[in-house]
Amino acid sequence: MKYMSAFEIIGPIMVGPSSSHTAGAVRIGNLAGQLLAEKASTVRFLLHGSFAETYRGHGTDLALLAGIMGYTTDSASIPMAFQLALEKGLEYTFEPTNLGLYHPNTVRVLACGEHRQVDVIASSLGGGKAEVQELDGLPLRFSGERPTLILSHMDKPGFIAHLSQILDQQGYNIARLSLDRKSRHGDAITVCEIDETPSSSLLELLSTKISHLQDIRQVWVP
Amino acid sequence: MAFSRLQELMALATQQKTTIAQVMLEVEEEQSGQSKSVIVARMSAQFDVMEHAVRQGVSEAMVSRSGLTGGDAQRLMAYVQQGPHLLDADSLRAVAYATAVSEVNAAMGRIVATPTAGSAGILPGVLVYVLDTGRFPREAVVHSLLTAAALGLVIANSASISGAAGGCQAEVGSATAMAAGALVELAGGTPEQVGHAVGLALKNSLGLVCDPVAGLVEIPCITRNGLHAITALAAAEMALAGVRSLIPPDEVIRAMYEIGQQMPISLRETGIGGLAGTPTGKRLREKVLGNPTAQITTSEPPSPSPSMEGTENAQ
Repeated sequence: MKYMSAFEIIGPIMVGPSSSHTAGAVRIGNLAGQLLAEKASTVRFLLHGSFAETYRGHGTDLALLAGIMGYTTDSASIPMAFQLALEKGLEYTFEPTNLGLYHPNTVRVLACGEHRQVDVIASSLGGGKAEVQELDGLPLRFSGERPTLILSHMDKPGFIAHLSQILDQQGYNIARLSLDRKSRHGDAITVCEIDETPSSSLLELLSTKISHLQDIRQVWVP
Repeated sequence: MAFSRLQELMALATQQKTTIAQVMLEVEEEQSGQSKSVIVARMSAQFDVMEHAVRQGVSEAMVSRSGLTGGDAQRLMAYVQQGPHLLDADSLRAVAYATAVSEVNAAMGRIVATPTAGSAGILPGVLVYVLDTGRFPREAVVHSLLTAAALGLVIANSASISGAAGGCQAEVGSATAMAAGALVELAGGTPEQVGHAVGLALKNSLGLVCDPVAGLVEIPCITRNGLHAITALAAAEMALAGVRSLIPPDEVIRAMYEIGQQMPISLRETGIGGLAGTPTGKRLREKVLGNPTAQITTSEPPSPSPSMEGTENAQ
């Protein structure tokens, strides 16, 4: 089921003019910003389909940029995003492109910070709802509407078992789980959506107890 | 989720001798883990934003970000107060209210997506209008947002609420159907009558394309929101009068989905065909957006494209 909550239909509270091209774009920016998990210094937005055709009229550019800087859908700062990016030293480009067979409102975000870079393809599905389609070249789909753990690790037997064991012991319920890998025994990413807000002690526990885990990021765009 | 079709939703409400709004509240509590009072308080806060947008849009001279539109809600309110008019003043007020919210949206003001920003005028327009009639307490009006949400969930999951995916019928059509159903339940109609209101309202929106001028949520979106407030009210009245949608509402929703699939890309929020492609539509696009090629902010000046050079050589 694509839509599960009454607040996905009545809501979000947002700055206009378009739920898919403005609010959904802010959310995509938020997702990319949280996946980068540090201050972005440069970002390229490759716009696909309707995003490519109409992004300026809907303020999609302002929305994506405001989103990656952490502003939320109802922020009055969205119309000032270009100015804010300049002040923060964030360089940006918007490039219409054809990404292939994706939802018409799709963008590929290539963001760089000091230590990390991310490559995110995400779609705005309508009514402000956004969904990541690919992360760093792996087909992983998640919306960030629930607390979501993004675990980068080596593909080794027992990884999921160990993860779920710790989550269970600590009283967390897994709502959705997906994993993909570049190759057998190679780099892998696990996306784990949970029902409860993760505590810092949980993250500490996961990063110290699970072998072959390289990095944990948290994404949550409620 | 407990329901994916309107038929299931109506059956749940009928069996439990309750309302669709109440079914939605139970489902939301189950899904989100939030208490009913928290859910209702969140809906109430959203209704406050809707009402604020209505009052702002009819009292202030709104100008859209592009400068193309604005001020129509104020014009309508002045006309309502002046008279004489063809419709009664109350119904006209609903038109002004829906227009007002859409104008606030185009001015990058704060609104609530219901279900989208492009269709954000209709539900607040009719609900603030019924609130102003004094016939229903505020809590009942807030509760009717849950009815609208349940109907919108069915449509969103069975078809689409995205103009880029399904055309304007998916946005304004869905909003009109949600508003019509919410009004019927608010007025004391049965779950079955709610379903017929959805069917009647949606049937009247089938085929509606998304062809906004310059891709902006302005022309024809703003006046269309105003006009569809009347459609929603009329569909609700028809259902309450006992008029039935002979094509069951779930089948109408399915038809909406299929029509959306067959709609050409130029009429699905690309700002290319239809009204956007008229001589005036193109001229307005040029005026607002300037050169239609992409704006790329780099330190280097854009180099002329080979095709442009070719044109110059040919001349």
